[in-house]
Amino acid sequence: MTAPPDDCLARNEWICGAYLRTRRHILLDAVLQHLQLTAVSILIGLAIAVPLAVLARRWGWAAGPVLAVTTILYTIPSLAMFSLLLPVYGLSATLVVAGLVLYSLTLLVRNILAGLRAVPEETRQAARGLGYGPIRLLLAVELPLALPAAMAGLRIATVSAVSLVTVGAIVGFGGLGNLIYAGMNTYFKAQVLTASVLCVLIAVVADLLLLAVQWLITPWTRAGRTRVPPRRVRARTTASRV
Amino acid sequence: MSTLTAAWHWLTDPAHWSGDDGIGHRLLQHLVLTAVCLVISCVLALPVALVLGHLGKGGALAVNISNVGRAVPTFAVLVLLLLTPVGKWGEGPTVAALVLFAVPPLLTNAYVGMREVDRGVVRAARGMGMTGRQMLLRVELPLALPMIMNGVRIAAVQLVATATIAALAGGGGLGRIITAGFNLASTPQVVAGALLVAVFALVVEAVFEIAERLAPVWARGGR
Repeated sequence: MTAPPDDCLARNEWICGAYLRTRRHILLDAVLQHLQLTAVSILIGLAIAVPLAVLARRWGWAAGPVLAVTTILYTIPSLAMFSLLLPVYGLSATLVVAGLVLYSLTLLVRNILAGLRAVPEETRQAARGLGYGPIRLLLAVELPLALPAAMAGLRIATVSAVSLVTVGAIVGFGGLGNLIYAGMNTYFKAQVLTASVLCVLIAVVADLLLLAVQWLITPWTRAGRTRVPPRRVRARTTASRV
Repeated sequence: MSTLTAAWHWLTDPAHWSGDDGIGHRLLQHLVLTAVCLVISCVLALPVALVLGHLGKGGALAVNISNVGRAVPTFAVLVLLLLTPVGKWGEGPTVAALVLFAVPPLLTNAYVGMREVDRGVVRAARGMGMTGRQMLLRVELPLALPMIMNGVRIAAVQLVATATIAALAGGGGLGRIITAGFNLASTPQVVAGALLVAVFALVVEAVFEIAERLAPVWARGGR
């Protein structure tokens, strides 16, 4: 199909309906790859972060080293991170996922640990008095009470991961970042703007979804007395990842 | 292990240190870019945050800007700016994108720092007859300084990292060593570049750490 000479594609306009129509499949594929990379990274990150945080809570001495290592990982720039992992994973989607997992660990471990530490000692003693063993105490009392803090970390980690996936374009697995990268080289304005806007949209929608999930799974936080947990801005988590 | 050895050899080869594409020049570009952007961001963000913090207004604004900043990919902003008329002006897009991403942590930390100053102290200052300006400069600012400096430190480290992305869009700096390595399919060069950036980021952290240690007690948040 050849485009008529005066449509917005030919004029290379920023906003272009014809682009959306003709490249629908490319856009859809990129969005899917973006979502996949983000979701897989965050799920793996959670699977690692929860045990790490629980262990760090149980053995006080482990907390320092765990937090230090994850914080140092967070300091490494994303382009450098992806390239440092290159010898291990080669040019693959796994490389991008591995990098994103390492970044999400800082935010997740820090927040889950903060949540676990905030569980009142009396609550834990009451549960022990009711005959709760250590595992049941963890699963039925400590982890649920740590949920609000953990979910805050999860939201930040997810939003950062969505925007970080774009840098994966350097190895060809960047979801919408691939389109931005290609659009930059060909000066294709509609593609760059559309892909960028979609990135932000994904981040916003993901954040709202997680907020809804949090609302659903923590009914006690909104029952009667609205006990707002102190939302202090943590110095480390205010930095966005790049 | 052999990759690291090869990367080390690449790093220690004097031929890679000289010239316009050499490590020396890229390091300087990275340093200048980071420093210029940090200064611009501070000039833009700190006065606004200090005044807002002093007045106690705009807290939601400061935090929301920070959250929005996290959702917008640096790389996308960089490329978008590159394709606008700003792109014709050399390092313009890079500086603009970097400043945009350094402002949120500065704004949030400075604002929160100002708000966390003990209200009793502020009231005492007012009771002593200090004007708003005096309170801001002599009471709130010194007490909020550790938190403000923490924001500057976060912004600085973040700038070092973001400046790497500039290379994806054809900008200068250490990122160029990495992207050039990718294009040459030279893993040692890529790893060497990554190591350089990581070390640079850690050095910036260390500089701030040392500056904090050397600072007078009141500026460290010591009570």
